[in-house]
Amino acid sequence: MTANTKSWALHIALLVTLFTLQFVLPAYHQGNIARIMMLAVFAMGYNIMFGYTGLLSLGHALFFATGMYGMGLSIQHLGISPATAFVCGIVAALLVTATVGVLALRTSGVAFMIVTLMFAQSGYLAVLFFGEYTRGDEGFVIKQAQRVIASVDLADATNRYFAALLLFALCIAVTLKLVTSQFGHVLVAVRENEERAQMLGYDTFKYKLAAVLISGTISGVAGAGYGLLFGYVGANFATVQYSIYPLLWVLLGGAGTIMGPFFGTLFMFYLIDLASDLTSAYMLIAGVALVLLTLFARNGLMGEIRKRVLPWLP
Amino acid sequence: MAAINLLTTRGLSRSFGGIKAVHNVNFELPAGEIHALIGPNGAGKTTFVGLLCGRISADSGQVFFSNEEITALPVHKRIARGIGYTFQITSIFSKLSLYENVSLAVHRSSGDKRRDFDIQISEALDSVGLLDRAYQIAGDMSYGHQRLLEIAMGMAQKPKLLILDEPTQGLAQSEIAGFNALLKSIVERSTILLIEHNMDVVMEIADKITVLDFGEILAHGTPEEIHANEDVQAAYLGKNNA
Amino acid sequence: MDLGPYLLLASLEGAVQAAVLALTAVGLSLVFGVMRIVNVAHGEFFMLGAVFAWWIATFFGGHPAIGFIAALLIAPLLTGLVAVIVDWFVLKRLEYDPEGTIVATIGVLYIIQQVVLMTYGPDARPVEAPFNHRFYFPWFGYSSYKLFVIAAAIAILIGVWMIMAKTRIGLVLRATQLDRETATAFGIEVNRIYALVFGLGAALAAMAAVLIVPIQQAHYLMGGDPLLLSFIVVIIGGLGSLRGTVVAAALIGMSDGIISVFFTPTLAKILATLLVAMVLVYRPNGLFGTRSA
Repeated sequence: MTANTKSWALHIALLVTLFTLQFVLPAYHQGNIARIMMLAVFAMGYNIMFGYTGLLSLGHALFFATGMYGMGLSIQHLGISPATAFVCGIVAALLVTATVGVLALRTSGVAFMIVTLMFAQSGYLAVLFFGEYTRGDEGFVIKQAQRVIASVDLADATNRYFAALLLFALCIAVTLKLVTSQFGHVLVAVRENEERAQMLGYDTFKYKLAAVLISGTISGVAGAGYGLLFGYVGANFATVQYSIYPLLWVLLGGAGTIMGPFFGTLFMFYLIDLASDLTSAYMLIAGVALVLLTLFARNGLMGEIRKRVLPWLP
Repeated sequence: MAAINLLTTRGLSRSFGGIKAVHNVNFELPAGEIHALIGPNGAGKTTFVGLLCGRISADSGQVFFSNEEITALPVHKRIARGIGYTFQITSIFSKLSLYENVSLAVHRSSGDKRRDFDIQISEALDSVGLLDRAYQIAGDMSYGHQRLLEIAMGMAQKPKLLILDEPTQGLAQSEIAGFNALLKSIVERSTILLIEHNMDVVMEIADKITVLDFGEILAHGTPEEIHANEDVQAAYLGKNNA
Repeated sequence: MDLGPYLLLASLEGAVQAAVLALTAVGLSLVFGVMRIVNVAHGEFFMLGAVFAWWIATFFGGHPAIGFIAALLIAPLLTGLVAVIVDWFVLKRLEYDPEGTIVATIGVLYIIQQVVLMTYGPDARPVEAPFNHRFYFPWFGYSSYKLFVIAAAIAILIGVWMIMAKTRIGLVLRATQLDRETATAFGIEVNRIYALVFGLGAALAAMAAVLIVPIQQAHYLMGGDPLLLSFIVVIIGGLGSLRGTVVAAALIGMSDGIISVFFTPTLAKILATLLVAMVLVYRPNGLFGTRSA
């Protein structure tokens, strides 16, 4: 088997496992896994920029929240159908990403991190400022009747699980295709040695901008999907915390791997879930994990596996 | 009929904080030759080739390539027109395999056929003798091999003009003979502009030599002419004694 | 009240803000200037200063002035010590890699904040001001303690400036800032300098917090705003330039009061953060900075 076949087989096996789990898992965990899959889509979007292109953003909450609010607000205030609203969310994320990308890519390194952080912070404050429409911190609920697409009720737990799985599978397929293409190789080249990539004739700005657009749009899809599936849109999703989370998930799971973001999200979600039963200071886990990962395990879970066992892992 | 110039510069200048790194250089490079650019340290050689390939922008003057002005073009567009550049300090993708390194260089000039693509990569690796190491990680190899990879990447671009910045630096004496033969085989397809300190190499393989000193052209001619030139000797001896 | 006295009151409030902000931001700027790293946990050192101040003041009891003076002396020391530990166990091991440091200090931010939540709790607690007479202007009375905050901050800033400009240690710091390799060659122990600077930066934030805590209560989430504002100030003032930082802090602290007369605080914050992003994009050396950072 070629490396390519092996990796498709492995990823399809993961999807089949997730499909089967739906029939086995108790309701509580079924709900969790659905959430994790949507958040993993967010993390996979983040990974395109951070893991594959080497652009560390501290502002991805902006793209996630834009997708979510673009979807939620258009259902709430324009009264359009959920499917159209979902598309609205994605288009909104694409537009915001394009603006931020063109501006932020004029900087690099630490300045890039701070610029993305600042844009995301203004996005969060904008949600609060337009509280009349967004209902600020409190957020708003999308009613069950507004969550039916093609007569499939997304508020139903089983439907919701499969919808999340569908989006997750799409995202796996798209990113796998992307990173194994020549385009994906050039992104890695930009990450490894941007100057060299430029001297080989690649317009690295265009490649970086494309990576930002894809990354932000996938994050927007995740945000719109999360809001639609779980019926709630709130300012919490626009806070710095939701910019840090994807970084944490990707670091833990393995930056620059396709499945890493999923496993990172899975572990961190359950770790925080367990910790929050014990203490209100559950974010301590996230802090400790960030420090330990940067100190001792920069490759993350899948990165280590790739290094030690499966060198062909994309 | 005069030889067709592949590359021409007119009045090319660039200063850094008041120091004229390259000053008013008029340079002509006919197609099909190996041209060496020599000069004492700090003479402006790397800055000059940086201006040619667009890594550094010119303060004034013009650069023409294949009879078209490229002075204002960004790096990637100049590369697309057929300029290849290898770095003085080895600059490869050290975490990627040799195959991937070269494939990144090939892509631009090839069509979509996977087989042709593979063949081009293999040819480039083979010509520098690294084909059997295609799947090694570039960063794990010796310095000499990394330099060869760098040249393979330059060749794989199939440039009209290949600029090599001190390619023999760090190579063992035994490797240099092979390197000379390699350059002579490349020049059948690409014109070569070579910055080089090793005068044995220059004297053996260069068709023409240009000497830069203090950012200006001091002399220009065949190896024999340059060898006999008193100004050049003075510049070199003066520097060496200082 | 007429506009004149109203503006006077707004300027006084602005000056208090500016004073505290200048101290905090100079700490951040010092760390960036000498060590070339961005400390995202800086706001938490501010918060630690306030929380330590509450503990120390409670421990000493008696007249509020005793607790306050003790806090002003001890809280920055303790905070500085925490920072030195962070530097020693985390940043040094990362070899001060700029991006790795940001990610790690985000982790440190959560660790400090959540440990304080577990020990100090979620409540906001005040520290009593050491004195609290009121000055009577013809139009309104004003707390003498707030005037003291302004004076104390100026005194501390002058102290920092004296250290940097006049002492041997200041010379060593400036040498390290200019060229780390050369400094090492001249026998400067860069690792110890870095630990010292990181501690000093945190201690400055803690001092600012001790000064403000009789006006604002100590709370485990209080680090966010000072962090954001310090970022803004340091970036506008030019990364690593102490003078620029102080000027920008004065400007932003003072105008904060005046801007919020015209805009809601949220809109003011949105405009300020967008402005900072734009400054970084188009003027990466800061609005006042001329030298490259």
